[in-house]
Amino acid sequence: MIQSFGEAALVLSVGTSLAMQRRLWAAWHILHAREPSVEWVLGMGNLSGFFDPLVVSAARIESALEAAWLASDGVESEPGKRVEIPVVYGGEDGPDLAHVAEQAGLSCDEVIDRHAGGDYVVYCLGFLPGFAYLGGLDPALACPRRATPRLSVPAGAVAIGGAQTAVYPLASPGGWQLIGQTDALLFDPYRETPGLLAPGDSVVFVPRGRR
Amino acid sequence: MTLTILKPGPLTTVQDLGRDGYAAFGVPRGGGCDALSLRLANLVAGNDEGAAALEVTLGGLKLRFDDATTFVYTGAAMNVTLDGVLLSPAHRYAAGAGAVLRFAYAERGARAYLALAGGIAVAPVLGSRSTGLLAGMGGFFGRALRSGDTLDCLPAEPRAPGVAVAQLERGEHLRVLPGPDWPLLDHAAQRQLLATPWQVSPASNRMGMRLAGSVVEIGAAPSLDSHAVMPGCVQLPESGQPIVLLADAQTTGGYLRALVVIRADLWRAGQFKPGDTLRFAEVDTAAALAALDAQQHWLVRIRRALSWWGTT
Repeated sequence: MIQSFGEAALVLSVGTSLAMQRRLWAAWHILHAREPSVEWVLGMGNLSGFFDPLVVSAARIESALEAAWLASDGVESEPGKRVEIPVVYGGEDGPDLAHVAEQAGLSCDEVIDRHAGGDYVVYCLGFLPGFAYLGGLDPALACPRRATPRLSVPAGAVAIGGAQTAVYPLASPGGWQLIGQTDALLFDPYRETPGLLAPGDSVVFVPRGRR
Repeated sequence: MTLTILKPGPLTTVQDLGRDGYAAFGVPRGGGCDALSLRLANLVAGNDEGAAALEVTLGGLKLRFDDATTFVYTGAAMNVTLDGVLLSPAHRYAAGAGAVLRFAYAERGARAYLALAGGIAVAPVLGSRSTGLLAGMGGFFGRALRSGDTLDCLPAEPRAPGVAVAQLERGEHLRVLPGPDWPLLDHAAQRQLLATPWQVSPASNRMGMRLAGSVVEIGAAPSLDSHAVMPGCVQLPESGQPIVLLADAQTTGGYLRALVVIRADLWRAGQFKPGDTLRFAEVDTAAALAALDAQQHWLVRIRRALSWWGTT
């Protein structure tokens, strides 16, 4: 489904699954090459294009999006790298761990075991420089975002938002539930590749004790 | 040309028109929150419209020109003085070496722009000289300016002072289009969003402007898959109080995309300060495009008038 998003953007939403996301990666590459003046941004199960409506029409962007989605069917994506992220779970490092456990009807230790036991795939980047949305969270751990986002979440916070998990690369406002903390550096603008993670990479969380 | 910051005020940063093309990597666009005033300041100063300028938030900036230069300020009404003499906005002035420029507290509007001949000379990072405060990148060492900082400008042709143009009026309304998640709100919630006089909360910054004044009943809103957002997107979190995303907006989010501020009014969104009241006014896409087109023409006319006038 393609919807307009203001007068200068369109969104294609296809639903979140690893298979759909692989197609979206392929569609993103096609669009990046075919319509380079448009800013194409991946989401979880969706893809948005931002354009200058005085230069190109929404109708043209809509056809480009449709064509790329059709062309993405069956395109093989390259395998990504495997990244281990050490995490200290709970206590001051994960102030919402108990809340997530209560929502899930599990003990805190069970939440940690399930979170660290998962195999995650980077679905897309976004929100902040170096922030990677990870697919593969145990559905039992899904937990709604906070009603009001925190004004400041520390860099390195490991968090759950809805059915997703991620690491905050920088101190920032945020509405996700914080369950742990890592000292991995996820974004450095002066590194040749600023972000540690890219779409298609796989991630494992390695527990480093609990406070 | 070099200048020295004597007092930075609450927040003064180096900004240009932002980073194009890095949103897919999670890098916010950034740039001036009121890009129109920034462009105008640069045009009158005789710069490229995308040159780096200073964004002065809420006033309080005091600086010294260490060499003679020409400069222009635009945007919020702040009582700006050069060695004690009151200046007008969007007007090209000459300053001698040692002259002191002072911005008092903002009376109307939130952000003023100071363009100096040549533009601020800081190294571009990912294609822009804008300060990304969260990532600590770009601008002046990735941070807000402090007392004692000295900034250089790129070389510029000499320009005669005395050129001025009129600024646009801000008003209380932000024109909006319905966002992709508008249909998920019931009629009462839709009406409430559009009818409420929203107050800008002090918990606002360059990422987003938080609004208070009413609580929109969202009902059983679905938890959305994360999706791209941009400056101008009006998010509606479960708290029922909207957030208007500004220049440093995160590149993706998960809250309802209730409304979108039309592009022609983005500059207005950057000019509300805490305590100000704003209202959303719904328009259609044709009106949004016409307003954007009119704004581009306004800039073209100013560019033409300035070249007529003889800018040197």
